[in-house]
Amino acid sequence: MVAEYGHFALIIALFLALMQTVIPQVGAYTKNQLWMSTARPLVLAQSLFISFSFLCLVILFLNDDFSVRYVAENSNTLLPDRYKISAVWGAHEGSLLLWVLILALWSLAVSVFSARLPIRLVSRVLAVMGFISVGFYLFVLLTSNPFDRSLPFFPLEGSDLNPLLQDIGLILHPPMLYMGYVGLSVAFSFSIAALLAGNTDSAWARWVKPWTLVAWMFLTLGISLGSWWAYYELGWGGWWFWDPVENASFMPWLVCTALIHSLSVTEKRGAFSSWTLLLAIIAFSLSLLGTFLVRSGVLTSVHAFASDPTRGVFILTFLVIIIGGSLLLFAVRGPTKKTTSGFFRLSKEMFILTNNLILMIITAVILLGTLYPLFADVLGWGKISVGPPYFNLFFVPLTLLLGFLMPVGSVLRWKKTGSINLRRYFNVPLVLSVVLGGSLPLYYGSYEPVSMVTVMIATWIISITLRDIWQKSICPSSILSGLVRLNASYWGMVFAHIGVAICIIGVGFTSTYSVQQDVRMEPGDSVKVAGYQFKFMSVSPYEGPNYIADQATIVITKNKSVVTTLYPQKRRYLASGQTMTEASISSSIFRDLYVALGEPLKGNAWGIRVYVKPFVSWVWLGGLFIAIGALMASLDKRYRRRAS
Amino acid sequence: MKVVNRLRLFIPLMIFIGIAIFLVVALDRDPNFMPSALLDRPVPEFSLRILGDEKKYVDRNTFIGEPSLLNVWATWCFPCRLEHPYLYQLSSQGVRIIGLNYKDNIVKAKNWLLEMKDPYALSVIDNKGKFSMDLGVFGAPETYLIDSKGIIRYKHVGIIDDRIWHESLLPIWKSLK
Repeated sequence: MVAEYGHFALIIALFLALMQTVIPQVGAYTKNQLWMSTARPLVLAQSLFISFSFLCLVILFLNDDFSVRYVAENSNTLLPDRYKISAVWGAHEGSLLLWVLILALWSLAVSVFSARLPIRLVSRVLAVMGFISVGFYLFVLLTSNPFDRSLPFFPLEGSDLNPLLQDIGLILHPPMLYMGYVGLSVAFSFSIAALLAGNTDSAWARWVKPWTLVAWMFLTLGISLGSWWAYYELGWGGWWFWDPVENASFMPWLVCTALIHSLSVTEKRGAFSSWTLLLAIIAFSLSLLGTFLVRSGVLTSVHAFASDPTRGVFILTFLVIIIGGSLLLFAVRGPTKKTTSGFFRLSKEMFILTNNLILMIITAVILLGTLYPLFADVLGWGKISVGPPYFNLFFVPLTLLLGFLMPVGSVLRWKKTGSINLRRYFNVPLVLSVVLGGSLPLYYGSYEPVSMVTVMIATWIISITLRDIWQKSICPSSILSGLVRLNASYWGMVFAHIGVAICIIGVGFTSTYSVQQDVRMEPGDSVKVAGYQFKFMSVSPYEGPNYIADQATIVITKNKSVVTTLYPQKRRYLASGQTMTEASISSSIFRDLYVALGEPLKGNAWGIRVYVKPFVSWVWLGGLFIAIGALMASLDKRYRRRAS
Repeated sequence: MKVVNRLRLFIPLMIFIGIAIFLVVALDRDPNFMPSALLDRPVPEFSLRILGDEKKYVDRNTFIGEPSLLNVWATWCFPCRLEHPYLYQLSSQGVRIIGLNYKDNIVKAKNWLLEMKDPYALSVIDNKGKFSMDLGVFGAPETYLIDSKGIIRYKHVGIIDDRIWHESLLPIWKSLK
C-alpha cells in the first residue's frame, strides 16, 4: 500500500501546486488580499504532501519492496541501508522526485523568510515557483513514475544499485547539486515577478541576493563533491572530464557567479538592472537545460544513466514554455532605461562588467562545446564531438585573465578610483607575484610555464586581497576593532576570492607535477615514484556486505620511514557481478598518494597503478572556501533589514 | 532610440529559439544511429604517421591483406580507459587491431601505451582529426570492422566489452575471416 499512498500524495501535491500557480497570481493582479494570502498555506501543504510521497519511496526501498519496478531496478536486499536511501535518487525517477521535493522546500523557505516583503511580490514569486513545480509533477507522473508496480510477476530480488554509486560522495552529491540547481529558481521567480509587476529597482536586487548566494553555495559544494567522487571512485585519478553532464552543472555555476556580481551593481548603484534580470533567467534556464541534456538522451555521456525520447519531448516542451516564455516576457517588459553614464572609467562597475563578460564568454564556449556534436549532426557535418583539448584551449587563458582582473576590481571604488593611490596598491603584490611565480615552481620541481603562471596569478589574488584587508582595517583604536568593523559581505568576498586562488594553484600544480606509473608487481616487489617507495606486501580476500574483494596491502615509505599503508581493492558485487576498482588514497595538504589495483596477471602478479598527485586536494579546498564565502555573504545584516 | 533599446532585449529570445530548434531536430534522431554512408565502402585515403615511429607514414594499404579492427582512441577519453584491457585481451587472441589516435597529445599517447600495454598492431596519429572526419568519427571510442580488402563492414560506437564483442562484432568478424 505504501506505493499507492506515495503515488496518491504526489497527485495531491500536483493539484496543490496548480492552485499555488493560479490563485495567488490572479490575486496579485486583482489586488485581492484573500487570494494572495493563500500562497503561503498552499506552499506549506504542497511541501507536506511531496515530503510524504518522498518518504514513502524511502520506506519502499528500506523494505525491499521489489514489486515496485523502480525499487527492483535499483536496490537489493544485500545493499546496506545507507545506500538503500541514496538509491532513492540513484536513477532517473527518484532523482526527479528529489528535484520537486527540493523545489517545494525552497518555496517553503521563501514563504517563511519573506515576512518583510510586500505580499503582492511574494504571491507572484510563489506562483511562478508553483508553475515550475507543476511542470515537474506532470513530468514525474506522466513519464517517470517511481511508484509503478510490476504486478503480478515481480522479481524476488532486486538488480542492485550501480556499484559506482554505492559511495558516500554519491549520497551527498545529487542533493547538493539539486539544492543549487533548484535554488536558482528563486532568483528566476523573483525576476519574473519583477517583470510582471514592472518594478525592477535596487530593492529587488537586495531581496534576491541572499537566495542567489545560498544557491551558489550549494552549486559550488555539489560540483566539488562530484569532482571529488570522480577522483577517488573512477579509479584513475582524474577529477574533471568536460563531460556533458559536468558541463551542465558548471554552466549555471558560471552564470550564477556573474549574477552575484551584477546583483551588487544593481543593488549599490541601481545600474545593470536589465542585464541582472537576464542573468537570473539564464542561470535557471541552464539548470533546466542541464536536466534536459541529462535526461533526454540527446547527448550520450558517461553519466547518462537514463534516456528515453518521450521524456525528452516532454522536457523540451516544458523548457520551451519556461525559457521561451520568460525571455519573451523579458523582451516585452524588460527595463530599457540606460544608466551607464560615465561608466567606462576605472571603477568597480567597469571591472564587474568585464568579469560578467568573461564569465559569459566562458559559458558560451562550454555551451557550444557541449552542444557541438548536436549542431554538427543536425547540420549534416556528421557526428563529431569535441574533447577536453577544445575546452582547455579556451577555458585556461580566460580563467587566468579573470583571475588577474578579479582582485583589481575588488579593491576599486564605485564610480571612480583615482590612479595615484592605485599604484601604491598594486606594486607590492606585483613584485611578490613575479618573484614567487619565478621561484616556487623551480623550488618544487621542473620549470613549467603553467605552474609559473598559476603561482603568479594566485599570489596576485591573495596578496592584493590581504593588502586590502589590512588597508581597510587600519583604524584609530586598533587593527582588531578595524577587522571587526568589516561586514560579512566583505569577508564573504575575501573567502571566495582566496578560494579561487587556491583552486588555481591546485589545478595548475596537479596537472603539471602529477606522476603516474602502471607497474606489474608481485608480493615483495617495490617501486619508487616521486621519492616515495611503494612496497606491495600481499593480496588477501576481503568480504564486504554485498561484495567480495581482493585487497592489497601496500606500504609506502619515504627516506626509510613509513608514511602510510594503503589498502586498494578489486571488488566484485554479488548481485550484478560487476567488478569495481576501489582506489586507496592517502591525502595530505601538499600531495595525495593514490593506489589502484588493476588486473591480476600471471602468477602472483598484479597490475598496479600508482599516482603521486601534488596539491590535488587544493582543487576541492578552493571549492570549500568559495562555499564558505557564499554562506558568510548571505548572512550579511543588510539582507535582514525590513524593506521600507 | 527607445525602439532600438527594446529590440535589443529580444536578442536572448532569438538565440534561445535557435538553440531550441536544434534541440527539437536532434531529439528526433537516435543518438546511437550512425550515418552509414561509408558502410561497405573502402577506407578513405589517408597518409598518417605511426605513433612511436613518427618518421614513417602509412596509408590505406595497411588494411589490405587481413581483416582488422580500427579502434579510435585518445588519452583524454575516459571510456577508452575502460575499453583498453579488453582490447588487449582481443589482441592477445590474435585479433589485429589498428589504433587511430584521435586529436591527442603524442607524448601522452605514447606513455599511455607504455603504461597500459599496447593492443595495437600499430597506431596512426590523427591529431588534426582530418582522417577521422573522412571516416565519420563521432567521438572516442569507436571501432570499425574492416575486411581484408580494406572495405568497412561494420561500425560500433562506444566501448567494446565481452558482451558487445560476442553479440554484435564477433559474428561479423568471423564472416570476414
